[in-house]
Amino acid sequence: MLAARDLAISFGGLKAVSGVSLTVPAGKITALIGPNGAGKSTLFGLVSGFLKPDRGSVALEGREITGMKPHTICRLGMTRTFQIVQPFAQQTVRENIAVGAHLHIGGRKAALAAAEAVAQRVGLTSQLDKPAASLTVAGRKRLELARALATVPKLILLDEVLAGLNPQEVGEMIPVLRGIRDSGVTVFMIEHVMQAVMNLAEYVWVLAQGELIAQGLPTEVTRDDKVIEAYLGHGTAARLRAEAAHG
Amino acid sequence: MRSLAAIAILVVAVAALPLFVSSGVTLGFVTMVLYATLLGQAWNILGGFGGQFSFGHAVFFGTGAYAMAVLQMRFGFNAWLALPCAMALGAVAGTLLGALSFRYGLRGSYFALVTLAFAEVFRILANTFDFTGAGVGLQLPLQEGAGAMQFAGETGYLYLALALATISLLFAWWLKHSRYGAWLAAVRDNEDSAAALGVNAFRVKLAAITVSGALMAAGGAFYVQKFHYIDPHLAYGAAISVEALLSAIIGGMGTIFGPLLGAVVLHGLGELTRNSLSSAPGASLIIYGALLVLIIMFMPRGIAGLFEGKR
Amino acid sequence: MIFWIKATKKLNPPANLFMLDPAIIFASVLNGLTTGAVYALIALGLTLIYGVLHIINFAHGAALMMALYGVYFLHEKLGLDPYVSLPIMVPAMFAAGYLLYRGVIGRASHGKDENILLITLGLSIILENAALYFFKSDTLSIDTPYTLSTVNIFGAMIAVPKVVAFFGALATTVVLLLVIGKTSLGRAIRACAKERQGARLVGIDVDHVFAMSFGIGLACLGAAACFLLPAYYVNPQVGNGFVLIAFTIVVLGGMGSFVGALIGGFLIGVVESLGGLVLGESLGQIGIFVIFIVVLLFRPQGLFGARA
Repeated sequence: MLAARDLAISFGGLKAVSGVSLTVPAGKITALIGPNGAGKSTLFGLVSGFLKPDRGSVALEGREITGMKPHTICRLGMTRTFQIVQPFAQQTVRENIAVGAHLHIGGRKAALAAAEAVAQRVGLTSQLDKPAASLTVAGRKRLELARALATVPKLILLDEVLAGLNPQEVGEMIPVLRGIRDSGVTVFMIEHVMQAVMNLAEYVWVLAQGELIAQGLPTEVTRDDKVIEAYLGHGTAARLRAEAAHG
Repeated sequence: MRSLAAIAILVVAVAALPLFVSSGVTLGFVTMVLYATLLGQAWNILGGFGGQFSFGHAVFFGTGAYAMAVLQMRFGFNAWLALPCAMALGAVAGTLLGALSFRYGLRGSYFALVTLAFAEVFRILANTFDFTGAGVGLQLPLQEGAGAMQFAGETGYLYLALALATISLLFAWWLKHSRYGAWLAAVRDNEDSAAALGVNAFRVKLAAITVSGALMAAGGAFYVQKFHYIDPHLAYGAAISVEALLSAIIGGMGTIFGPLLGAVVLHGLGELTRNSLSSAPGASLIIYGALLVLIIMFMPRGIAGLFEGKR
Repeated sequence: MIFWIKATKKLNPPANLFMLDPAIIFASVLNGLTTGAVYALIALGLTLIYGVLHIINFAHGAALMMALYGVYFLHEKLGLDPYVSLPIMVPAMFAAGYLLYRGVIGRASHGKDENILLITLGLSIILENAALYFFKSDTLSIDTPYTLSTVNIFGAMIAVPKVVAFFGALATTVVLLLVIGKTSLGRAIRACAKERQGARLVGIDVDHVFAMSFGIGLACLGAAACFLLPAYYVNPQVGNGFVLIAFTIVVLGGMGSFVGALIGGFLIGVVESLGGLVLGESLGQIGIFVIFIVVLLFRPQGLFGARA
């Protein structure tokens, strides 16, 4: 579905992402994990057209999209959400979602109706006529998701949709995300909440300091020494193994 | 639909006004309110609906005014033909200014300052070249008759202003009920989010400033027909830019009737101060300025915000 | 600037600028530098306010106009020489700025910088028309013993008040830089400019520092008015001419950069002076606005600023 080749970008001499190549298979939930500052959001920015890579290329369904503007990429079937949620604060939930729906629907009434249907998929029906600014964090995350879904994407990039939610809210969100996948939308998500990733993702890429350090099934990745060290610090893997052996 | 009905009622009521009121002063007042509504709505389409605050809408006003005068005086155009041409030139000015500013990502205060600078450049140019009458300005020759868009009484101008203001109101209504309007509001509220949802922010803003420029130019053209005179200061001075943004902001940015409400309040206050305080220059503008500060501080959604309820 | 002079050459057949007497050009440049020093002082206040508060103070010109009236009335009613008025005008403008920020500007942003711009626009409308209402639209100037005297600088005759303004503006700038660079208030101001949340965390009263910065910004205008009036005039609209010029300088020099404002001030002073010489009074000003637009569009971080 999505293929990135050798992507790299640096900000003022600092390499944020260097030489990343990865693929996202169609119809699955793929996760991108990594410690803070690993460059995950930057990589999303590169893939979705918000940032121009210094080198490398991105292809969506085999079609080259490097250097295209975000709105063009959205038209081709890939959309994203933002880690820091960015609702159209002055508008209602319904109007917010309708903006997404308008990508394919010209009429105002039809778009508002479509917004209602999407709201149902993510569990926002009861909030439809509230102003977006009044939503809780969990509500705003759902709204981000709903707006993106309303564009009827083939591939959706989710930037930490579970971050900031309490365990109950995470629990409620997981079936929603599965439902999206089951409806045929490919999901590529950045996630911090490890347990959720274990639960959801069918394939995992691990990014640390701008480079990919591991990939595989969730169970494989969490056993990888490099991943453990990236998350918990140098030497941790050996210590954990030693403790396990002695204990 | 209710808004559309309100516009219809307004049109009928104003159209019927000359049947019941013969006072030239009253009709003149309503005419000026409608004219201010047109200017305010022109600003509102870009500033209120689109969130791009311009401090130099005089660019479009002046372009419309000079086009109207020059086309008639130097090229022998009929006024009724000159009006759409003036609007088209205002639209072109809007497109050019917008293409430059938005292409280079100017936002917020920077955009405001660049529009102001453009207005100054145009003022100086108009002040310099004989083509526009330089500092003396242009005096439209008297040629009374509906065919020349120069009316004997107030009624003709009232209808002309009503027609132009109604067009601007209908466009604002359409913005509230169309895909394009939804896109414009999305770009105003969050450009990145809008782009992620497939909205071409550049093109959406460009369209807004184009329409805004055309309507503002219509205001300039109306001014020339009503007062038969234009000079660089009237056309491109800061006063007209301020008048346009004042009625939109005080009335309520991003609302259909905000500019109308603002125009009523401003011109009503203007009349009051003229009659009560003293006719000293500056008095009414002090109040306008204070009103602007108070509205931004305490009622950022303007007078219309009171009617729309809490949001 | 080079591109602009080229363009004017095309407008004015055969090379106007070079047919002029070098002595006239020299005098024009000197004149531009003296004006530029005052411009720089005005722009310094503006750039300080922007650098610290991230506010574009549109009322800057109106505040200058008020300061000029202050100097005028101190001279007319109390017989104070403009230069003697310095110790009155500077603190007075500082206090006005401090209170204005505390009372109005600081409360009005609602988190959007456009709102501040509109508030300061509203303030400038109020001030300008209050001046019109109370002082009428007459253009006023003062008569001092040295108004008409000149000094000879390498053959160029420059008015004494302009020379005083040049050195006075430079001296004020040095004082300002010392205040920002060496005092504890200056340290707090710099801290707030860099990282307001961090400054708040280490116990700096950010709102106080903001109000102080705004006050200092207007205090610069108090000084500028004292240096300006002997060679200039005042009327209710006088600030308008300075607003866009000051913005141009600030944008040219890089928003928030003191050195940039200083160099930008001299540059604009000279451009204006030479522009007036080549193109005439009316069209001469256009160079400034064209510079402003071009810089904003193509290099919004300014000639001397780093990209934000």
